[in-house]
Amino acid sequence: MIFSLAVYAAPYSSQASNTAYQFATALLEQGHALHRIFFYHDGVHHATTLASPPQDELNLYQAWNELASKHDLVICIAAALKRGILNSEEAKRYDKSAHNLSDNYSLSGLGQLVDATIVSDRFITFG
Amino acid sequence: MNKNLLIVSRQPPYGSSLPREALDVALAAAVYDQNIGILFMDDGVFQLLNKQNPDTISQKNIASTLSALPLYGIENIYVHKQSLESRNLTIEELALDEIKILSTEDVAQLLDQQDHLLSF
Repeated sequence: MIFSLAVYAAPYSSQASNTAYQFATALLEQGHALHRIFFYHDGVHHATTLASPPQDELNLYQAWNELASKHDLVICIAAALKRGILNSEEAKRYDKSAHNLSDNYSLSGLGQLVDATIVSDRFITFG
Repeated sequence: MNKNLLIVSRQPPYGSSLPREALDVALAAAVYDQNIGILFMDDGVFQLLNKQNPDTISQKNIASTLSALPLYGIENIYVHKQSLESRNLTIEELALDEIKILSTEDVAQLLDQQDHLLSF
């Protein structure tokens, strides 16, 4: 079965990020296909390279980043710009001194969320 | 391919940006020619009230955006009757004229007809 997920929750603020991560790894373990994970609303905070969680806690950023290196993890560009998540191109466009989007994620529009619902058999929302 | 997508909006209008972001998803889905509908239930029904004055909290009136949805081809707009009743709201207080009022049984049937639910 083809799955896509939407994540609205920020990492650590609620359990939803962790639950979504476990769901994604479980579906892959069971042999399903992961078409896309779309990060919207506060979920865009997952893609920052600047977060430094305490060392005695699970590093959610690292876990998600690893998944993002192998699958299509998309950050909503409008939600990201609003919350200060930028790649170098957007930093230049808005004349910002720094950028923080992890290279493993792509920055795109809501069309990618809609496309995920069209392509997938199951679309699950977290947060 | 066309799919039946239903946005289920259950949060009050200004406590978080989710209700507004749900509308952005609705508009995107309409652009992609999907069969998109929106259902307001639980505290989501507060988004529909016609007398909102969010200027005082530096917000845009969400009901005005909702009224514009039919212009973008989004005509399937639903509200859960019992959610209105349990909050002491009446249909006369809603900003949208052409909203479909659904009982709990109707909602169950509507959900059953969808390919995907988008929860907000």
